[in-house]
Amino acid sequence: MTLNWKQVGQYGFIMGIAVWYVSLVGMVETFDSRGIIDGTMLTLGRALLLTIGLGMGYVTAWKVAKGNWATGLITSLISGIIGGVMAALLVIIIDTTNIRAMFVNASPALVEILTFDQESLAVGLMMLTSSLIACSVVGGVIALLPNLIRRAVISGLLAVLLMGMLGELLTVVLNRFDLTEALADFLYGRNGLSVIGAISVFIFFAAVSTLWATQKEKMQSGVENLPATQRRALSWGLIVVSVLFLILLPQAVGPYISQILVLVGLYAMMGLGLNIEIGLAGLLDLGFVGFFAIGAYTVALMTTTGELGVSGTAIADYSNFWVAIPIAVAVSAFAGVFLGIPVLRMRGDYLAIVTLGFAEIIRILVLSDFLRPILGGAQGVLNIPKPAVAYVNQIANQLPFYFQSVLFFFVSTDGRIKDPAHFYYIILIGCTLIGFVAYRLQYARIGRNWMAIREDEDVAEAMGINLIASKLLAFGIGAAFAGLSGAIFAAQVGSVFPHSFGLIVSINVVSLVIIGGSGSIPGVIVGSLVLVGLPELLREFAEYRLLIYGALLIVMMLVRPEGLWPSDTVRREMQSDEDVEPVPVGQTVPRSV
Amino acid sequence: MASILSARGVTKRFGGLVAVDHVNVEIEEKSIHAVIGPNGAGKTTFFNCITGFYPINEGKVIFRGEPLVDIPPDQITRRGISRTYQNIRLFANMTAIENILVGQEPHLKSPWFGAVLGLPATRKEEEAAHEEARRIIRFVGLQGRGDILAKHMAYGDQRRLEIARALASKPKLLLLDEPTAGMNPNETASLTHFIRQIRDELGVTIILIEHDMRLVMDISELITVLDYGQKIAEGTPVEIQRNTKVIEAYLGRGATNPTAEDDKAEQPELPAT
Repeated sequence: MTLNWKQVGQYGFIMGIAVWYVSLVGMVETFDSRGIIDGTMLTLGRALLLTIGLGMGYVTAWKVAKGNWATGLITSLISGIIGGVMAALLVIIIDTTNIRAMFVNASPALVEILTFDQESLAVGLMMLTSSLIACSVVGGVIALLPNLIRRAVISGLLAVLLMGMLGELLTVVLNRFDLTEALADFLYGRNGLSVIGAISVFIFFAAVSTLWATQKEKMQSGVENLPATQRRALSWGLIVVSVLFLILLPQAVGPYISQILVLVGLYAMMGLGLNIEIGLAGLLDLGFVGFFAIGAYTVALMTTTGELGVSGTAIADYSNFWVAIPIAVAVSAFAGVFLGIPVLRMRGDYLAIVTLGFAEIIRILVLSDFLRPILGGAQGVLNIPKPAVAYVNQIANQLPFYFQSVLFFFVSTDGRIKDPAHFYYIILIGCTLIGFVAYRLQYARIGRNWMAIREDEDVAEAMGINLIASKLLAFGIGAAFAGLSGAIFAAQVGSVFPHSFGLIVSINVVSLVIIGGSGSIPGVIVGSLVLVGLPELLREFAEYRLLIYGALLIVMMLVRPEGLWPSDTVRREMQSDEDVEPVPVGQTVPRSV
Repeated sequence: MASILSARGVTKRFGGLVAVDHVNVEIEEKSIHAVIGPNGAGKTTFFNCITGFYPINEGKVIFRGEPLVDIPPDQITRRGISRTYQNIRLFANMTAIENILVGQEPHLKSPWFGAVLGLPATRKEEEAAHEEARRIIRFVGLQGRGDILAKHMAYGDQRRLEIARALASKPKLLLLDEPTAGMNPNETASLTHFIRQIRDELGVTIILIEHDMRLVMDISELITVLDYGQKIAEGTPVEIQRNTKVIEAYLGRGATNPTAEDDKAEQPELPAT
């Protein structure tokens, strides 16, 4: 068997380049502040380097050896040596010549991290090179392991990485309760997991993964064999448990994570709206933030106590958050339809460009002097009151003490919704509502029609589908969802500024729809947790956010184009491609004349 | 006999090219009518003119007594004309059942908010539509394959599914654009039988573009021959087989004149429109 040595060399070289890159852009040094295991033993910075080693070793053994142990070990060793030597070379270059004029991050501190804080450079270099080689070989071994064990090891490693990375936060959450405090003490040390904790986490998650993989089918068939009444009871039980979980969540995790959950929810709502446009109807809309802005400004202008609002006018007495919400949704939906009309005939790239322009027009209009008297220009709209729930105090006075505390679980004691933990419930209701509507639409006649338009617009029209009505409905409903999200956002933040509605928001929403799984409702939720939630938890690395974003997008498109949680249809299609002999639709066939 | 569709002087130009040139055709109700001609003769363009894909430059198409002028394709389908495509154009990432459900669109009335609110009328309509889709699946002989994505189906099944989708709109007139292209003789024979079955059992008028002459001569009652956009002949299969103009169009001018030296078959190899 001839091995593709060129490929092995390439993977080793990529490993080296990746190490160079993350070191020189400063990621290693910045990430080094966060410990994963026992403070200095394994920091996130070094974990990043070692993960590169692991990953490339895995890829080498996977792609070149294809299940052959001997070649797998040799090739991952060789690519590890190439990568390790390149890493050592970087250290030597930084140590001997001054390249800081060009690479600001090539500092002595970086050398210290890369050489594992060793006094002697030679020993440090040895350690760096050998650890990369070791990681590469370990990666190779993981790739060669049988499926079940491989999955267990990878889940365990990922769990250690994640739990170590989010250690600070998890400790805070766990310390909120006496019951879990002991667990926190056991798992976590000074900075990151303790050694014992890391080992336990690894074993626990590896075991869970194995159990899940082996018992999943048995459990599924077990559930399917239950009598119908019991099955229904089980599914209701699951619903009750998850509702209880969602209700108790903000109280359990504290204000900081509640705040993040609020943001995740706002993006999830937008994502569900955009999912109708992109995922179902195939209308690539890059200006989605425009509708979010319209919803936000509607609520802002209708409820603000500042000079821009309606406070001085006759309708002020009737105008509050709850009145403004449906109006904001309606205005956004109208704007969506209004934008839809001129772009009805456009497809694909052209549509993307026009919608992009639309969002910029809205932003620039808001910024303009022309509309400053109405919209406040760059200063935005301030003093948006928090939503009030009327008569809370009166009701509370009538209730026995125990129910009072239940009531104030959802609303602040002054009857306003202002804490993140309280806003969370509005978002939860909004998400549930939107998710429900999206689900019903997706599996109805209109959902099928949207998909048909996505697949082949001309044929869809020839089937009797009214393209104009269907597309405008997709634009309108998508915009309405975004408008609701924006409306809640305005009330939650308490002020709106044009710069909150930049292009980056649209890009985030498109990314979370695609990474989550285009056309899939749970995918959008997962996508917003990963793309909005995780970066918020890793605030101190914000400057690398876009870099990681881009890398993630590329990796996803290469490895898992159907998304994290694909829709049923897409999953079927992308995974069964290997088993079923595909007959491409629309292929040209020989014709007899 | 009553004519269900009549084309009067239908003309379609693409720039300087006249793809369909003053074509007059009368289609009799419940007949099987074939449109044949060499590649590039304008057959598919003629179909596209009938179904509203292309606006007609001159002339008019009258369907069941009403002119089809400036009517978008979806409205034409709602009036009872349905079609298949030369290169299969199924909704590739949707299942067979879903494809047929989309085909039923002209008969579905429930509004989108009915689905959101879960109105009983909407549910009932959806259930009936699914029942109808399963019935059509059985009728075209694809039972048990309803949940397969269209693009994963075998080639012959895709052709059948496309016909099934076209039938789902309960058309009065069905246009089949090369239904047997790429099929082996067995599949062609079974499809021939199936086309006749559609006409006999459902009473649907069928216009057929086809290159397989055995099939054309076998099932069609009338044949229209197009060449360079013009109608050069029309008649029963027997008449068409004897028509010198038709033979010339297919085999070149020399074919009817044994004394001519240039008897190489000159077949225009233009891509079919």
